[in-house]
Amino acid sequence: MTTEIQVTPKSVVRQEPGVTIRERRLGSITGYSGTPDELVKISLAGQLVERERSFTQAGTCSSFCATLQLSLIQDAVVINHAPAGCSGDFPMFNLYNRYGQGKRKLDQTSARLITTNLNEHDTIFGATGKLLEAIHKAYSTYHPRAIFVTASCTSGIIGEDLESTLDEAEEELGIPIASVSCEGFRSQVWATGWDAAYSAILRKIVRPAKIRRPESINIITFIGEDYFSELLRPLGLVPDLIVPFTKIEQLETVSEAGATAQMCSTLGTYFAAGLEKQYGVPEIKSPPPYGLTGTDMWLRELAHITGKDDIVEQFIAAERNAIEPELEKLKKRFAGVKAFVAAGPSHGHSSMEILQDLGMELVGSCMFHHDAKLDHGDPAGDTLRAATTGSGRMTYSVCNKQSFELVNLLRRLKPDLVIVRHPSLAVSVAKLGIPACFVDDEHLGLGYRGLIRYGKKIADWFRNPAIERNLSRHSALPYTRWWLEQQPFSMLGGEV
Amino acid sequence: MTGIVQHPRHLCALGGQQSVAAIERAIPILHTGPGCGFKLHTGLGSYNGFQGGGYSGGATIVSTNTGEKEVVFGGESRLQSVIDGALKIMDGDLFVVLSGCTSELVGDDTEHIVAEYRRRGTPIVFAATGGFRGNNIIGHEIVANAIIDQLLEPRDIIPGLVNVWSSVPYHDTFWAGNLASIRELLAGLGLKANILFGPNSGGLEAWRKIPAAQFNLVLSSWTGVSIARNLNERFGTPWLHWPTLPIGGIETSRFLRRLQEFADVDTTIATSFIEEQERSFHYFFERAADFFLEFRWDMPSHFATIADSFYGIGVSRMLTNEFGLLPLHQFVTDDPPEEFHESIRDNYAQIAPGISSNISFTSDGEEINQVLRAVASSPPIILGSIWDRDIAKEVGGCYLSIASPMTDRLVTSCSYLGYNGGLRLIEDLYSSILTSIQ
Repeated sequence: MTTEIQVTPKSVVRQEPGVTIRERRLGSITGYSGTPDELVKISLAGQLVERERSFTQAGTCSSFCATLQLSLIQDAVVINHAPAGCSGDFPMFNLYNRYGQGKRKLDQTSARLITTNLNEHDTIFGATGKLLEAIHKAYSTYHPRAIFVTASCTSGIIGEDLESTLDEAEEELGIPIASVSCEGFRSQVWATGWDAAYSAILRKIVRPAKIRRPESINIITFIGEDYFSELLRPLGLVPDLIVPFTKIEQLETVSEAGATAQMCSTLGTYFAAGLEKQYGVPEIKSPPPYGLTGTDMWLRELAHITGKDDIVEQFIAAERNAIEPELEKLKKRFAGVKAFVAAGPSHGHSSMEILQDLGMELVGSCMFHHDAKLDHGDPAGDTLRAATTGSGRMTYSVCNKQSFELVNLLRRLKPDLVIVRHPSLAVSVAKLGIPACFVDDEHLGLGYRGLIRYGKKIADWFRNPAIERNLSRHSALPYTRWWLEQQPFSMLGGEV
Repeated sequence: MTGIVQHPRHLCALGGQQSVAAIERAIPILHTGPGCGFKLHTGLGSYNGFQGGGYSGGATIVSTNTGEKEVVFGGESRLQSVIDGALKIMDGDLFVVLSGCTSELVGDDTEHIVAEYRRRGTPIVFAATGGFRGNNIIGHEIVANAIIDQLLEPRDIIPGLVNVWSSVPYHDTFWAGNLASIRELLAGLGLKANILFGPNSGGLEAWRKIPAAQFNLVLSSWTGVSIARNLNERFGTPWLHWPTLPIGGIETSRFLRRLQEFADVDTTIATSFIEEQERSFHYFFERAADFFLEFRWDMPSHFATIADSFYGIGVSRMLTNEFGLLPLHQFVTDDPPEEFHESIRDNYAQIAPGISSNISFTSDGEEINQVLRAVASSPPIILGSIWDRDIAKEVGGCYLSIASPMTDRLVTSCSYLGYNGGLRLIEDLYSSILTSIQ
């Protein structure tokens, strides 16, 4: 169903390049130790402050997050204006690309990635000439529909003038060429990189709607399989998974959609709010559809916005009914199991909901950062509050992937199972002998049926944690006995 | 090769963090931005044969995660705070502080700060590995030379002890296996290899023993030469440079005879070891020959390597001189310093009597693709990195990953060095071809 409408472009979120970092825009922090109830309360009251660690382990940076989204656009090219080491994540995105293409029955090809390979000479004399050369190379090799130029610490510190270089090239080549302000040092909250990528897409790619496609729902996501269809198609809606594995043409028209939703509220907060503000596409503000209550609420809001109120209750009841017998079995299986979640918000909050619905007891969680609010500003979208109704007094911390804190904390809490996201962290957990469940497909636990999928997967791992047992017997963690006897957050200093 | 690169195969000097993580109980401390450690671990470790983080790599790497505040006001006090924490929290014998782009560009005096800790008796050194200084192979050399310069004292010579400078940890996906193979080959000649990286290499104590070596063995086309020169200047240790990967029967025996001569090993011992190894190699070669002879009608005759010069030369020699293949075009991707270009060219020019190979010094994906499109008149064998799968498919060739980055293989102890390493490469190559045709 499509309808012709007259659209006047509204005022935009922000037309100038760059994006205000999350610390300033959303009051985001990376260090906290307390309870969900307290964190929700002080966030709402605007009293949340950052606490800096006196000791840290390697985090992640905005450049990683920005490139992950952009490098999977199938007909664009990403140029990293950086020394070659910043392209250490290219092979990962390339694998995501090839693996994802395979799952989607597309031709498998390498991700389109180029580095300007900045060297010492460039840091002294500048490298905009090299950048132009890279743009020409990208154009002649791939004939892309758009080029994204991601900034780096080095390009930022030496003061490279990306904008005028890109404007010049854009005029010459006639395709959008967008700068992506993702210098690593600018933010300790690597999710700022998502915002930088989406800002580039909003500024340079998305066009005002010529028609409306109310049945089409933008779903801002990573690389997971399309389980959203299970929730949307019965309501007569069609999920449009963005940004990975799209083409530029598809992104140009996201302004035509009936609504925007996300698999993780912290991932697409900037994009979804921008689409609403700039193009009038309403954002589903309820926490994403994970867990029984979460899925109910999300579906109701979606149905309300898209005019499906009349059929949604029947669908919810039917789906809940369909999974009930298997869910009961899983709940019996997991009764008394103590679980812990280490992940990024808000997907981590979604995982907390799933585990509780599967009958586990949450003994604690740590999230890689915390946003005091989201871009839409509506407290009803608070995923932490939604996930901890009834469990708001557990141990809760914000810890940006600090393995030393996590290990220390887990030794005290002694959970039976840990859900862990973010590559390279699972092995620290597993060395403690605790089943470390790394769920890479963020859609696995989606909706009602996802609870069953997720539960079955975890049950298999939980039944035979031989890898964890082997590691705990033979492979040491690199921490001193002294450290393991300290309080887990004793390196977390006073307010910054 | 300081220009722009499509599909880079080498990262930056800070990649030396992986060499630190490869030393038993050594702890890397990065004075860098928040994403560097993870990116380098990703490119050199996890998405390169899924080698993982090990004891002190991956998520456990210490880092100052420099932010806006450090960029504006300097990051020296932050560095001190993180080193203080590391010395209490991290259970290690050796600490290596590596500087990245950010701290070097803002001018932090990391060297001075680290020297202060060392003066107080901490086994800690500083490596200037700002990413813009060069690739991760250079970073590996910077790390080794930093430990040598800042920590080592003269020792009495231990006869038969040989320091080995060869495969770059993690970057060479087969480094751990290769170093173990070198240790076995040297043991066959009665020499004791000090391999310095990987399992059972001895950690800090092995590094302290470096000045006690009878000689240094640089088994690489150029990597490690700066280390051997440094050790020669500092401790007067002689060194042998063998630029070709000893792989297969001919190349391994050639290397061992030179080593025997240089190390003055008893000829009888050496000859008996070499003969025994060759017998074993040729036993398997003879049995596999039925396959080679009866399947080659439909197998490629030409091959291209897209790899570090060390690998490219060795593999080219073995495939040509023992398996009857013909070199199509070889790509040298590791950006060797100018002084080594001529010897590398010479080496490729003399693969076999009357057989040489055209070579290009490049790691740029598109440049490689263009050459291969032009020269591949029949489907070739392509030995490269994951980036080369598309061109292999395009020219109808067969493909095996032997270079970083490598995401289509899980690598643990596999070695492509020595007699068995040669057989292993052939097994892997033809197994992949056999899998692809049925």
